[in-house]
Amino acid sequence: MKLTTSLNRSLWVFHFNSGSCNGCDIEIVATLTPRYDPERFGVKLVGSPRHADVLLVTGPVTNQMADRLRRVYAQMPGPKVVMVVGTCGQSGGVFSTSYNLAGPIDQIIPVDVYVPGCAPRPEAIIQGVVTAIAKLERIEGGAKQ
Amino acid sequence: MNPILAAVGGTIVLAILAIAFGLILSGIDRRVVARMQARVGPPLLQPFTDVRKLLAKQNIIPANAIPWLFNLMPIVALASAITILLYLPFGSFAPVLGEFGDVILVLYLLIIPSLALVIGGFASGSPYATVGAQREMVSMIAYELPLAIAVIAIAWRLMAAGVAEPFLMLTLMQTPVWDVVGPLGILALLILLVMMAWVTPGELSKIPFDSPEAETELAGGILVEYSGRNLGLFTLSQAVKMVAMSAFGIILLLPWNLSPFLGLTGAAAGVADLVFFLLKMLFVVIVSVTVVRTMMARFRITQVVGLYWLVLGGLGALAIILMMADAFLLGVI
Repeated sequence: MKLTTSLNRSLWVFHFNSGSCNGCDIEIVATLTPRYDPERFGVKLVGSPRHADVLLVTGPVTNQMADRLRRVYAQMPGPKVVMVVGTCGQSGGVFSTSYNLAGPIDQIIPVDVYVPGCAPRPEAIIQGVVTAIAKLERIEGGAKQ
Repeated sequence: MNPILAAVGGTIVLAILAIAFGLILSGIDRRVVARMQARVGPPLLQPFTDVRKLLAKQNIIPANAIPWLFNLMPIVALASAITILLYLPFGSFAPVLGEFGDVILVLYLLIIPSLALVIGGFASGSPYATVGAQREMVSMIAYELPLAIAVIAIAWRLMAAGVAEPFLMLTLMQTPVWDVVGPLGILALLILLVMMAWVTPGELSKIPFDSPEAETELAGGILVEYSGRNLGLFTLSQAVKMVAMSAFGIILLLPWNLSPFLGLTGAAAGVADLVFFLLKMLFVVIVSVTVVRTMMARFRITQVVGLYWLVLGGLGALAIILMMADAFLLGVI
């Protein structure tokens, strides 16, 4: 799939909660408020994975959500970026010893950008988006994905 | 010059200009909404970036969709939206196909982009899209009534005043109905102006009439399964439809040209009228789409029908009665 410069000026984000405590989700909503206004850079929250360029995943993946996460990832049209928000998605966080864990997100789907924190501040999430844009630009430049 | 070649050339030029102006209009719309919400908002050319990105993305056809219908409908939507423009005069420019159709044809053509959305929604085989398509059909039935009342009231009043060919778009543009009517007629026209201001966002499926798309409950509704190129084409058709609908409202109710007031002639008059027409379109979009969608939340589909049929339908009946009384008092019928 060919990448164009339009992609990183128009990132549409689909938000997926894979069993998070809702802390990261509140921080994501805070990121979308007028104070930070990500629409300045064309970032928009969309309701359907078919419209999305970025999959924003929060939470450690529970057994029930693992299959759903795989399917939502498969439903997105390429080129696509996966962004993990919160410590849970990277290591399981406070839920890491739970019996009901299908593992951190990168054991289910490939992840491009991690935003650590419990929960990460909006500034950190914006930093993550900038990292995602930088990664897309690197891929455009010809580097391997 | 060959009339067929002129029509084809006119169509191509009009299509390119309408797409560009429609995307700029939606860029201005997004920017003004952002400013009203105390944000900075996206760059003015953001819709162009969005469409370019969508055209470059993967185009997924769901497993349980009907592929040929699913892929055909975005093209039908864009083509029919452009077709509407061929019958509309812009400023002092006569319509490309003006002599082949009148305001009734435009009323029918305005339905087709929405109908293409409905068929595309049903063809995508998703329950969300099906619910969205049913809502779109209901809202189409709802907003047609006030729109038809407005058109008929104006054309009938022109006919009663003895204007020849009152249903031709060019006649509506050249004979401002406000100059024809008496005081009661002015009142009726003000009511029709309010009705058209409410029909415009409904026709364009904008908040508060966006229940067919309903991002938060139907995850994008009709468009839920569309991605890549098809979604880009639907975005373009929405932009062209915004141009068509605002131009239609202007031709019906705000048809004045600038050049008679400035005493311009020739090419200068054409340019001045076109610029004035585009400014009027911007005004219509900001007043009846942007401001309304910033202020209001989404109506339920029952509220949409209630508003259009009971409130605006009742106002429309009142406007027609006032129009008839006006014609009667002036002694033209």
